[in-house]
Amino acid sequence: MAVDNVSMQIDRGEVLGVVGESGAGKSMTGAAIIGLLEAPGRIAEGEILFEGQRIDTLSDDELRVIRGRQIGAIFQDPLTSLNPLHTVGRQIIDTIVTHLKLSQRQARARALELLQEVGIPAAKERIDHYPHQFSGGMRQRVVIALALCADPKLIIADEPTTALDVSIQAQIIALLRKLCDEHGTAIMLITHDMGVIAETADRVAVMYAGRVGEIGPVADIIHKPKLPYTVGLMGSIPSITTEVDELAQIDGAMPRLNAVPPGCRFHPRCAHAFERCHIDLPELIKAGSSEVACWLYDEKKPGKGPSVSRKETARKKKASAKAAEALPLVKVDGLKQYFDVSPPWLTRVLERSGRQIVKAVDDLEFTINRGETFGLVGESGCGKSTVARAIVGLYTPTAGTITYMPGENGGATAKERVAEFDDKIQMIFQDPHASLNPRWKVADVISESIPEDRVSADRVAELLRQVGLADADGEKYPHEFSGGQRQRISIARALGGEPEFLICDEPTSALDVSVQAQILNLMVDLQRRLGLTYLFISHDLAVVHHISTRVGVMYLGRLVEWAETERLFANPQHPYTRLLLQSVPDLSKIGMRRAPMAGEVPNPLDPPSGCAFHPRCPFVQDRCLSERPMSIEVDGTHVACHAVEEGRV
Amino acid sequence: MSEVQIPDTSPARPGLLRQIWQSDLAHSFRQSKVTVVAGIISFGFVFIALFAPWIAPSNPYDMTGISVLNAFLPPVWMEGGDSRFLLGTDSVGRDILSTIMYGSRISLGVGVAAVFFAATLGISLGLISGYIGGRTDAAIMRVAEIQLSFPDILIALLIDGIIRSILGPGTHGNIAFIVVISAISLAYWVQFARTVRSTTMVEKGKEYVQAARVAGKSPGYIMFKHLLPNVMGPVLVIATINLALAIVTEATLSFLGVGLPPTQPSLGTLIRVGNDFLFSGEWWITIFPGITLAIMGLSVNLLGDWLRDALNPKLR
Amino acid sequence: MVAFILSRVLQAFIVMLGVAMIAFSLFNYVGDPISNLVGIQTSAEKREQLRESLGLNDPAPVQFARFISRTVQFEFGISYQQKRSVSSIIAERMPATLELSFVSALLALFIGIPMGVYTALNRNSWLSHAMLSLSLVGVSLPTFLIGIMLIFVFAVQLHALPSFGRGQVVDLGFWTTGFLTASGLKALIMPSITLALFQMTLIMRLVRSEMLEVLRTDYIKFARARGLTRRTVNFGYALMNTLVPVITITGLQLGSIIAFAIITETVFQWPGMGLMFIQAIAEVDIPVMSTYLMLIACFFVIINLIVDLLYYFVDPRLRVDRGW
Repeated sequence: MAVDNVSMQIDRGEVLGVVGESGAGKSMTGAAIIGLLEAPGRIAEGEILFEGQRIDTLSDDELRVIRGRQIGAIFQDPLTSLNPLHTVGRQIIDTIVTHLKLSQRQARARALELLQEVGIPAAKERIDHYPHQFSGGMRQRVVIALALCADPKLIIADEPTTALDVSIQAQIIALLRKLCDEHGTAIMLITHDMGVIAETADRVAVMYAGRVGEIGPVADIIHKPKLPYTVGLMGSIPSITTEVDELAQIDGAMPRLNAVPPGCRFHPRCAHAFERCHIDLPELIKAGSSEVACWLYDEKKPGKGPSVSRKETARKKKASAKAAEALPLVKVDGLKQYFDVSPPWLTRVLERSGRQIVKAVDDLEFTINRGETFGLVGESGCGKSTVARAIVGLYTPTAGTITYMPGENGGATAKERVAEFDDKIQMIFQDPHASLNPRWKVADVISESIPEDRVSADRVAELLRQVGLADADGEKYPHEFSGGQRQRISIARALGGEPEFLICDEPTSALDVSVQAQILNLMVDLQRRLGLTYLFISHDLAVVHHISTRVGVMYLGRLVEWAETERLFANPQHPYTRLLLQSVPDLSKIGMRRAPMAGEVPNPLDPPSGCAFHPRCPFVQDRCLSERPMSIEVDGTHVACHAVEEGRV
Repeated sequence: MSEVQIPDTSPARPGLLRQIWQSDLAHSFRQSKVTVVAGIISFGFVFIALFAPWIAPSNPYDMTGISVLNAFLPPVWMEGGDSRFLLGTDSVGRDILSTIMYGSRISLGVGVAAVFFAATLGISLGLISGYIGGRTDAAIMRVAEIQLSFPDILIALLIDGIIRSILGPGTHGNIAFIVVISAISLAYWVQFARTVRSTTMVEKGKEYVQAARVAGKSPGYIMFKHLLPNVMGPVLVIATINLALAIVTEATLSFLGVGLPPTQPSLGTLIRVGNDFLFSGEWWITIFPGITLAIMGLSVNLLGDWLRDALNPKLR
Repeated sequence: MVAFILSRVLQAFIVMLGVAMIAFSLFNYVGDPISNLVGIQTSAEKREQLRESLGLNDPAPVQFARFISRTVQFEFGISYQQKRSVSSIIAERMPATLELSFVSALLALFIGIPMGVYTALNRNSWLSHAMLSLSLVGVSLPTFLIGIMLIFVFAVQLHALPSFGRGQVVDLGFWTTGFLTASGLKALIMPSITLALFQMTLIMRLVRSEMLEVLRTDYIKFARARGLTRRTVNFGYALMNTLVPVITITGLQLGSIIAFAIITETVFQWPGMGLMFIQAIAEVDIPVMSTYLMLIACFFVIINLIVDLLYYFVDPRLRVDRGW
């Protein structure tokens, strides 16, 4: 049984957010409503009412008339949602004529209108293009147009923004919200991202292990959560506006849906659990403006619910003060990393095209001080991961130097570093499923990074304990662990060589928020105890804000701004940073309407001239089109922008 | 933050045999009756192949035990059948059942050897091609691509033909084995190489390989210790399916008269020899080896099919 | 576009050159071409004279160039065994093979593809299961065994169909055909079924698995979520997308029919090129072998080229430039 006794209601014109960590059963709930559960899944019990009519008992053909006409759907990945062999126009027209009594010509006119409405520029030409000719954000707009074909009353949007970059994500959210307001369409927004929910939803349902744990108005869920799980969840989400020393942590992981515990499904992880929670399964009960499935709110046992606590502390201030005095540990100077992606010579000759070079990293310069955490943020394809790989030695830089411990021993360049500092620099990777060899025992995985003369069972056990795992876990294989535990193993492996410097490439992006909090807390703890220095790479501004002492912002292979974390978030200089910070969905932005950053990240094969950001920049002037801005220092912030330099911002 | 101890909740480890029996693979094996039957039959063939000299009623290639007087005896249940020869005898009085047992031994042996060499060659080239990439990869894959555009049987026939022409007409004895085995393995390495290469390229991009590179491990170490174990799953599937193909290919070559000689006949040779008597009414000489070959090919193929589905995560 | 076609043609050319090289080496270095031409009594002096006059003492590149120029003029030398020009043997044998292959290809395509589509769309019907089980038998059994079984049942036991040969053929001057006589058509039945069966089951299984793959994709799910009719989803979307990869492999399968004809022709003593090739291998008749090799390579290269071009026109992702 995957989804158990889920009850929720969506009103006309309302956005109902459905949140939960992966495996909570949110997508399955969505699929059940439109009758697209995949075998062997089926609705065993309960009913689905649409405008008072029961629809879960309809035959497939009867349901088909409702699907698309009354209830639309949007899926996560716009790339795979569209048929690659048909033009987008044909796909839209097919859908329109299925539901509305329109001729081909009328349908085409409506298709055009729809494309214009969802914000596809030059829709007249684009209507005859194939999906692969659209960018990711544009494709998701086409998908939305497809869902709107017959003007449905309800749209089920399953993670509609997850595959997109922050700035595009903001555009899509704004579009959904606009459509909802203008057409009176209700939206069931399924996502794992509380920030997106905060901004978009009117009401929120929180799902845990196949059940709705809490449902209520968005402000109440975020600021006054009642369910202990929601409380923990809200506390574990880092924010770009508040500073906390340590994120709230829910230990353990959500049970798999085929092995749920008896009683309340959250009780093994709940700090407030009492006897009844082990035995009886709670149902939703009214508590204030929300409904909660928790025995703490039962009349018979009126207890005080838990509350979110965010302690403000001075961890980072201390750390950054210390780091400022410390010597630089890594100095990156004029780093360039180019990749040749040219087609074969015959094609080049015949099509008279030149070599195609992707400048993944172009002239990068920064230093990382001992003991600090340097955060590197940027949208996908900006070159942040390439920087990591270049520093760790997986790539040979096209130009520039990476100096480890400049000043001591006269420093060592990238090539010399390999032999001398191999163990001192280690890396933690993004995907906990891909970063461990599935055929190796955990102990062997960890031993790999320990210098050969120091490998011993004791050392492996010590490393396992350091990351919060048991000694016996060394004898298991990676597949026996959850994502968060695997990431702990990955960290243990990185610690094997007793490194001074850890490069963390999106270490929490593949994890659920509550697990992300565990890993971030562990990293902070390890840094304090072992005196580590981190380069922390992420696309998630809130996470970077939480963990870093200093932050650099990358755009198309260049560092556009870097400064101390607080300064950068409180007082961003570069127009890109400003717009990026505005785009980030955040818990503090409940119901906020805003104009998102226009445009998309340009093709790195053909970057704009001058300042690469100029096509999207509101402060653009002639100089930006031709001259590449150099980095200058303004109040301790390094920024590369003509507008800032000239005081136009 | 203090160290968080995550309790070790896994039960005590069961014994190895029990572990195998309880594994997903064994479970899906037991689920499918057809697969179980195919498995039992395949196991039977392996048994016969290993112990033919001890379990066969007679040794058909020991001239002293053969009498032309017994030639062309039909199977036991037909008129004129002899209880000593369950499935009848051939033109020189050999027991058909015994020739089939010895023939299965040769067919299976040649098949296994050919797949082994094809796999070894294919895995090595695939790993090198996938991990090193660049010109090496382009060269190896170009050859593979060209070879792949021709059917395996044609490639095997050609290689067989070329080796035979070089060695001169009338290739006999053990040389025929070498010719057939190398012809088949050279025809079948491509599929191994391509699969290993594509798996290698996927695995190479995974972060555990990068972690090994960060740890300063050599390409050889990474290929053998990290990549090889991870490409063995698909290799096993291809090996099983190709075993069936190799057996059939060998039988085809032998049937066409360019495989194994009648002095050391495989099932294919037996069918070829017996085919001459099909019209004169002694059908059992060719039909029984034919049925044996069909059952062998089918059961190995069924095993391969099951293995492919069981190891394919997409179908779960 | 031009670059794509040109690079394909170039590749085809290189393959042909490689095959010609193998054929040439076989010709020149395997066995002694002279002793295959003359009797045992010929003196060493005369042999040397012949060698000189045939240009066998020239440097290898010169000989290879001469070999190529002769080949493109359809001069393939003299068969060692039959002492006739290879081109006349081929001309005589080719119609038999092509007619057989043509009928088999039609059978394989027009039965295989619908069966594949049916089994993919009706996964759990008993007919699908039956077809699948049968298809497994089809791919597992060697072609020659199927031929022998057919002969045993229909020729030996029932005396319904001829077991060998083409029956009566009509000579059209440049072509001999069995399509025009009753006995010719009758003779075609068993060989063409034998030859088609393997390809048919292969095509069916391929179409089925590709289509199942497509049916699992997000865009099919999304199409269903939009309420498109089952017919539009299955045939307008799923089938069309299935055919893209199927074209490639089907093309190659049809090519391999000509190669598999070797076996069928041996079983049914069908007087085509395959039978000729097998006899040539057994007798080490190198001119015939190398000619057949080049001919079949040529067939394959042309089929591959056509398949590549077809693919290019079906899939817009290859045709249209990427937009950013």
